[in-house]
Amino acid sequence: MTPQLEIQLIASVTAAACALVGAFLVLRKTALLSDAISHAILPGIVLAFFHTENLNSPLLLVAAAVTGVLTVGAIEALGRTRLVKQDAAIALVFPALFSIGVVLISRYASGVHLDIDAVLLGDPAFSWIQRFEVGGWDLGPQSLWLMGTVLVLVAAFVGLFYKELKISTFDAALAGALGLAPAAVHYALMTLVSVVAVGAFDVVGSILVVGLMIAPPAAAWLLTDRLPVLLGLSVALGVASAVSGYWMARLFDVSIAGAMAVMAGVLFALCFAFAPHRGLVAQARRRARQRVAFAERMLLVHLLHHEHTPEADRECRVSHLQEHLHWAPALASRAVRAAERGGAVRRSGDRLALTDDGRTAAQRAMVG
Amino acid sequence: MIELDYTLRTVALGAAVLGLSSGSLGAFAVLRGQSLLGDAISHAALPGVALAFLLTASKAPLVLVVGAGLAGWVGTLCVSAIVERSRVPYDAALGIVLSVFFGLGMVLLTYIQAQPDASQAGLDTFLFGQAAALVGRDVVTMAVLGAVALVAMLVFWKEFKILLFDPDFAASQGFPVRALDVGLTTLLVVAIVIGLQTVGVVLMSALIVAPAAAARQWTDRLWGVVALAGLFGALSGAAGALLSSATARIPTGPTIVLVATAVVGVSLLLAPGRGLVAAWALGIRNRRVLRVAGTLEDLYTLALAHEDVHYPHPAATLQTMTARPEAVGPTLDRLQKQGLVEPRDDAWALTPRGLAEARRLARTRADEHDPAHLGVEVEGPTP
Repeated sequence: MTPQLEIQLIASVTAAACALVGAFLVLRKTALLSDAISHAILPGIVLAFFHTENLNSPLLLVAAAVTGVLTVGAIEALGRTRLVKQDAAIALVFPALFSIGVVLISRYASGVHLDIDAVLLGDPAFSWIQRFEVGGWDLGPQSLWLMGTVLVLVAAFVGLFYKELKISTFDAALAGALGLAPAAVHYALMTLVSVVAVGAFDVVGSILVVGLMIAPPAAAWLLTDRLPVLLGLSVALGVASAVSGYWMARLFDVSIAGAMAVMAGVLFALCFAFAPHRGLVAQARRRARQRVAFAERMLLVHLLHHEHTPEADRECRVSHLQEHLHWAPALASRAVRAAERGGAVRRSGDRLALTDDGRTAAQRAMVG
Repeated sequence: MIELDYTLRTVALGAAVLGLSSGSLGAFAVLRGQSLLGDAISHAALPGVALAFLLTASKAPLVLVVGAGLAGWVGTLCVSAIVERSRVPYDAALGIVLSVFFGLGMVLLTYIQAQPDASQAGLDTFLFGQAAALVGRDVVTMAVLGAVALVAMLVFWKEFKILLFDPDFAASQGFPVRALDVGLTTLLVVAIVIGLQTVGVVLMSALIVAPAAAARQWTDRLWGVVALAGLFGALSGAAGALLSSATARIPTGPTIVLVATAVVGVSLLLAPGRGLVAAWALGIRNRRVLRVAGTLEDLYTLALAHEDVHYPHPAATLQTMTARPEAVGPTLDRLQKQGLVEPRDDAWALTPRGLAEARRLARTRADEHDPAHLGVEVEGPTP
């Protein structure tokens, strides 16, 4: 395999793992716990690193998982005192822990391969260099094995506890009543978020982990209402962000991790704008259609009102509608055309007349 | 030596200015439940710094700060657009803006780095902040921006206050709620960009939230929270800057954040009334008062079964009547000190005052539970 392919694979596997746990964070409206965890695990990682002197040691995963769970526990304990709101609790806990991590690094780790830039920013470009070798056989990059294991772990968790995750996500009270231990599911999920975050920080850094965890699932949520589809789409969008980000970075010679986040943002923006049913364009078209439909009903009622009256000849002219109903010319002509197309109105010259269908429709509009 | 002192003074002054503005303006954000908006804004500011440099080729603090501010502001607009126009929740919208803008910032910074004629040196201090790099003109820029934001806050004090506590009422009174909301957010953006060079985008959000969260514990009044938050912020900034310069290899930003966090911790524990220690002490006192009243009432209930309301009963009998038998002894001692019970023949009896107090308690309890307060006279059982 070429380094180029390996980097894309590592990035894709990372993005897939992020998207899979992230989907549940987004649905549970706890998206920013990913931000808190990915920063707050730093002191745990640093201490484990001091112990092992190896950035790819599994102990780092364990330390990160423990620190992540402690962080979430601390945030919830602080929120439970009711002295600060939940979001303030998040904003108090993770910068403090992150600061401790930074102080530890700057004071005791200067000169080793663990600087703040690496933790925060990561860089997939170098992720393939450390090889996983068994008996002289090169089995591929260490990062790929690490993130692959994490991805399998996450997928296994989601597969095994799918029912628990689903019910506790959409109805925590029901989950509790069914004896599904929503608190345990919550902490298990947070443990996984921590594991994914520490696995990914080497590749994309702790801030962009947040993007890969939130943006693809949020985009997927605009496309579907079904959980299995949402999970699949999240992973697909995550992988798409990773691969397109890689090529964008190649094209402009810029940070790969940054480009991945930008592409995740671009894909989200595309879904936000063009998603069928929920996108901005679909919303705007629906509103326009409703406006014309409403205008058409108004027109029919107006015509019915003036039918067989002395002023009918004047009131039932297209040119008069704009004046009488204060319609913009475009809306007036669209309403008239819609009414004609629906067979509610007949037009002779500038004069409009209701058909039988139109009369019935107008009467119905006035009643209901 | 004089040089060092000058630098140190500059840095400490700059950090204090930043703490003052982020603390007092952050108070509004925290009280409005927008604590994490600061996090999103500060990350979103990064591409603005890079773009400002790309477009003007200047590293003047004002140019970069204006770029940061515009980008942070666009970030908040994106957040509200996403929240208003889709079902993506607020926190996910913050997260998306936060990391996508930050990613764009990284892309632009690496792009600048790759240009042969332009050096990005100095721009990446915005990532983690570099207080030591502050010079006099940075502090002047920070102070001027901070002063403008604070004056704007004072000028629109009444409007912001009503927006904060009752936006619906504000709208019904014809206040331009939308414009005020944008205005307040803009001031928050200003407070954030002031601090970026000192503590960096990653930790800036802490200085928005921590001073306000600390101040909130000490007072219930808005001006009190804002003023105290400004004071706490300024103190944390100055103290953090001095501490980090006094210790080798401790970066300034994290130190300021840790000092601010310590202020929060002390406030959460010690603030009178709201603080955890005060709440804990109140809990103990309440439980003790309840136990005293309970024991007195138990003694009264037992006494009612006898001809003599002052009939003594052993402590062991009382212990069978309560959930916490081990507390009966100390409680009886306390009652004896108050002259409500007296020991007699290895047992305890109500004194006349104790009897009066027990009757009063029984009546109060009856009032609480029975429809007695509807006018029905409750006769206490008489001997």
